[in-house]
Amino acid sequence: MGTIGFRAPRNGACAHSGAGSGCRKGSKVTAGKKTPLYDSHVALNAKMVPFAGFSMPVQYSGIRQEHEAVRKAVGLFDVSHMGNFFVTGKGARGFLQRATVNNVDKLRDMDAQYSALCYPNGTVVDDILVYRLGPERFKLVVNASNIDKDFAWLENLRKEDKEGGDMALRNASEELGILSLQGPRALDVARQVMESDPALVATYKAGRGKVLGVDTLYSRTGYTGEDGFEFFPENKDLASLWARLLEAGSRYGMLPIGLGARDTLRLEAGYSLYGHELSDKTNLIEAGLSWITDFAKGDFMGRPALEPKSRPGGMERKIVGIELLELAIPREGCLIRAGGKDVGVVTSGTMSPTLNKGIAMAYVVVEQAKIGTELEVMIRDAGKKAKVVSRNFYKRAKA
Amino acid sequence: MSLVPDGLKYTKDHEWAKIEGAVATVGVTDHAQRELGDIVFVELPKVGANVLSGQSFGTIEAVKTVAELYAPVSGTITEVNAALAADAGVINQDPYGTGWILKVKLDHPSNEGLMDAAAYKALI
Repeated sequence: MGTIGFRAPRNGACAHSGAGSGCRKGSKVTAGKKTPLYDSHVALNAKMVPFAGFSMPVQYSGIRQEHEAVRKAVGLFDVSHMGNFFVTGKGARGFLQRATVNNVDKLRDMDAQYSALCYPNGTVVDDILVYRLGPERFKLVVNASNIDKDFAWLENLRKEDKEGGDMALRNASEELGILSLQGPRALDVARQVMESDPALVATYKAGRGKVLGVDTLYSRTGYTGEDGFEFFPENKDLASLWARLLEAGSRYGMLPIGLGARDTLRLEAGYSLYGHELSDKTNLIEAGLSWITDFAKGDFMGRPALEPKSRPGGMERKIVGIELLELAIPREGCLIRAGGKDVGVVTSGTMSPTLNKGIAMAYVVVEQAKIGTELEVMIRDAGKKAKVVSRNFYKRAKA
Repeated sequence: MSLVPDGLKYTKDHEWAKIEGAVATVGVTDHAQRELGDIVFVELPKVGANVLSGQSFGTIEAVKTVAELYAPVSGTITEVNAALAADAGVINQDPYGTGWILKVKLDHPSNEGLMDAAAYKALI
């Protein structure tokens, strides 16, 4: 039952969101790579779809139910399709300082940092997490769809880097998995399964220790807007850890969560997704990521193109949040109009299960980007009333 | 597995029609609601509008996707399921019952181009 039989809507454009979408018309589930948890997902009755070259679960019980579990209780995600690189050696720190946009020198051991790799023209190779595991040992977590591209890009930079001979790059993506535990009860579950006290691990901090007897790196990170932990076990431990985590979480209402809810959760939290808000056609500053770009640290790849964009008047367009004022769901590719003119385009859109409104992220010209600006989103030839809002559609209450 | 009740007629686009005399009740199949996932709302024409067999009469929006609705029969809409405006999720819960979408007064009673349950089961 892999194919979808529905015919495409009248207007091809603006019909479908891309990431995690299990419902592209006519899409065929092709044999993609499998994470070590493929059989576990199938056994849980997941709907499997191709994503970033992998066959991944788009949903188990249903997007709304899974979304709500993460907002109100806790959910467990298999994100083992994502890439893991190690950058090690005397030259690793200096190399990463020049290859990434954020300031690696701000990291102490077991700190994590959101960062990006940029092309010389300021567009985005990938958005990544950088972990400092030791003074000469770093780990990068990269998007699944970009693993090969990122590794080749970094390897080329290494060859040209003055310290490139003093360091090593290793792609461990096929050796390690990633499990993400997210939600207000994530800490409760973590207390059940971690040997050390998870409450002592602050946001964006990492540690190493036993999780249900498995020695693994962990960090207090996530992509949902909720509190949460991520574990990086070796492949051989993944299936048993997944099953035992689900068991440990069941008393807190934990559900396995697919890519569908992962997308609605990250969208509500205002997080960018590569291939949508970020790409080799989007400038990192216009993508709203000046806060991870450190111009004080010295030279780095992309800097000459990024710095002018960060000055007043430097941007032509920028990423904004859009909230629909009438019942309609904006989708990727929908045009945005103001005063009869095209002023932007939707990069991701969905029905927000928390707000029960259509929400989107979109690039619009800076003149129309102010919060409160009223616009129209073109959905199947009809202009639907909308306004510019903060991208943080959902903000969790501080504990 | 998806439910495919006997006695209904089906389209290749996953709509069903229950034809009783000169009136057909129309909805989408259990297979369709499963493939779409959580349905958020439907956009439908008003009572009195005409639908044409094989032609689009509306859209169905789910959280992740949108699909066209195609009329299984030709005729005049006599009733639109008002419950869908409040909660289109009833299509997910009961696609052949409370999740019905339209009632259509048929131009001429005919099953032309429609499948029976066995043929539709073979399709999905």
